[in-house]
Amino acid sequence: MTTLDRVRGYRPKQRHLPILATMALLVGAYVFGASSYEAFGSGQVVLDLFINNAFLLVVAVGMTFVILTGGIDLSVGSVVALSTVVSGDLMQKHGWPAYAAIAVVLVVGALLGAGMGALIHFFEIQPFIATLIGMFFARGLCYTISTEAYSIDNPTIATLAQTQIPLGGELHISISVVVALVVVAVAVYVLAFTHFGRTVYSIGGNAQSAMLMGLKTGRTKIAVYTISGLCSALGGLLLVLYKSSGDPLNGVGLELTAIAAVVIGGTILTGGSGYVLGTVLGIMVLGIIQTLITFDGTLNSWWTSIITGALLFVFIVLQRLVTRRTR
Amino acid sequence: MTALTGLAKRRLFWPVVALLALLAGDLVASPAFFSIELRDGHLYGNLIDILKNGAPLILIAIGMTLVIATRGIDLSVGAVVAISGSLACLWIAEHPGGVGATLVAVGLALGLSLVLGAWNGWLVAALGIQPIIATLILMVAGRGIAQLISGGQIITITSAPYEWIGSGFVLTLPSAILIALAVFVLASLLVRRSALGLLVEAVGGNPEASRLAGLRSARLTWLVYVFCALCAGIAGLMISANVHSADANHAGLFIELDAILAVVVGGTQLTGGRFSVGGAVIGALLIQTLTTTVYALGIPPEAIMLFKAVVVLAVCLLQSPAFRRKLRRRRAPRPGQPAPAPAPEKVEVTA
Repeated sequence: MTTLDRVRGYRPKQRHLPILATMALLVGAYVFGASSYEAFGSGQVVLDLFINNAFLLVVAVGMTFVILTGGIDLSVGSVVALSTVVSGDLMQKHGWPAYAAIAVVLVVGALLGAGMGALIHFFEIQPFIATLIGMFFARGLCYTISTEAYSIDNPTIATLAQTQIPLGGELHISISVVVALVVVAVAVYVLAFTHFGRTVYSIGGNAQSAMLMGLKTGRTKIAVYTISGLCSALGGLLLVLYKSSGDPLNGVGLELTAIAAVVIGGTILTGGSGYVLGTVLGIMVLGIIQTLITFDGTLNSWWTSIITGALLFVFIVLQRLVTRRTR
Repeated sequence: MTALTGLAKRRLFWPVVALLALLAGDLVASPAFFSIELRDGHLYGNLIDILKNGAPLILIAIGMTLVIATRGIDLSVGAVVAISGSLACLWIAEHPGGVGATLVAVGLALGLSLVLGAWNGWLVAALGIQPIIATLILMVAGRGIAQLISGGQIITITSAPYEWIGSGFVLTLPSAILIALAVFVLASLLVRRSALGLLVEAVGGNPEASRLAGLRSARLTWLVYVFCALCAGIAGLMISANVHSADANHAGLFIELDAILAVVVGGTQLTGGRFSVGGAVIGALLIQTLTTTVYALGIPPEAIMLFKAVVVLAVCLLQSPAFRRKLRRRRAPRPGQPAPAPAPEKVEVTA
């Protein structure tokens, strides 16, 4: 059997198809951009995708855990906003050192997530509703803490925000990107190689059988919402680095962007199947749509949202067609 | 006693209790809340305001109930509200006139809403895209379309016949609530007096099984999205008529979440299969009463969302069989002990 035959005979595994479809679309979009706009081809455009979307990536990783169990977390946008407001309040109004504020923010995020997880597990409230309540609750807390935005000028935050890590040539990334990639790496490891990860998949596959197999489904369910809350809080902190401000209006609608990224990345909403790397690709797809629109530069705000919707449609339908034909 | 336990098991019992409790709270806090007066042959008062301002939410909740009954969800209703209002106001602004222009505007707006519903239904039923993602597309693009129609401006209009849809009165009652009532009666008749409701429940219970049993489940799925968009379209007319203008950016913002909440508070499960249109109306009234209460009692607007979260949490817990089971189990060994207060304890869990 020659190499060529092997290449011809290559059939990707069924479960990898959605991810491969997304990857192909992404490459297609990049090639299209590079051939239409000269500056698009530089590597920094790809790195900027990561820099601009690092916070969203972290949030979406948490969302991936939740969706893999067949749940959903609508509170992430509000928790991101709450994180920025709490860090603004602690550092600007009360003069806390940055690291103490960061610790508090992470604990608050994790506790909120755990609370929603407990509602879902102990009282069998549907995830959509429990996290919708969490969404109102967190957003309500934001407005109760402050109705106005804080401009954050903490020196530690400023240093973290401005540090650039050179990658040779003209290329560079920010600290947020490193944090996001570490989160992705940890999530990939946990989901692929740990007992906890396998439990997450099995709950999504069939919660009843997982429980009958003796897996700790309740504990795992609460844990995935805690992880999502923690990731949202961390995402909020990265947003603070990105914007140097805390605003109760941050992250409105972010939950839907995160869900869309996870789903475009090939994870199905009923759970049990999908990969964190797919989510990374999903974020890249949304990012590249934004970048293409920015490079065009002639579109006003309403054409931007119409074209975003249209491209979203194209991605979803193409992916759907690719995965359906081979079935 | 048995009659009372039987009543407590009815699906609508807890939402109705919550609504009555909220109204009782209003009565204690401010007796003026219930005063209704007749001015120029029209009824005015907080209760009438709840009905009038709640009409759009009631309409959308009715449509959303049927979508959720088929295991779907429709995130695009807010965008449809904006599009329908913009189109109607644009037509009236450009063709000033009486009843004729209003009728054309209403027809155009509702026609477009039907098209948008058909689009959602096509994505879900024909292409098999997950409903939350399928309707997300229109949710993202819809506000852009509405702005495109209105040219990015807030269209202000003056047209008595059009404004009647939002703020008119018939026989002392607001016309908006009568329109919502008509849709409710129509929907209830369709789903309870014909086989349609049963078919929708079958599709929601198990789409594959109902297809094998010979139901045209794709066509039914299509139909519920069209109906939901139509309800949203009417709501869009009401909202824009009430404020005499169409705001593409803010009309119907987040109304999809309120509608989903109303449906769930009304006892419909998001997993599909069983639904209650009446429950959705009660749920919508509960949410609208909550908002009116917050304003009437002078609670600071920042706290509205917290207040809403706490009340909805309480209602959901009361409805949760698991919660009631746990309460009973805790109470059973020591019958002399008073029952633990449920709501405050759970609020701390969320914090």
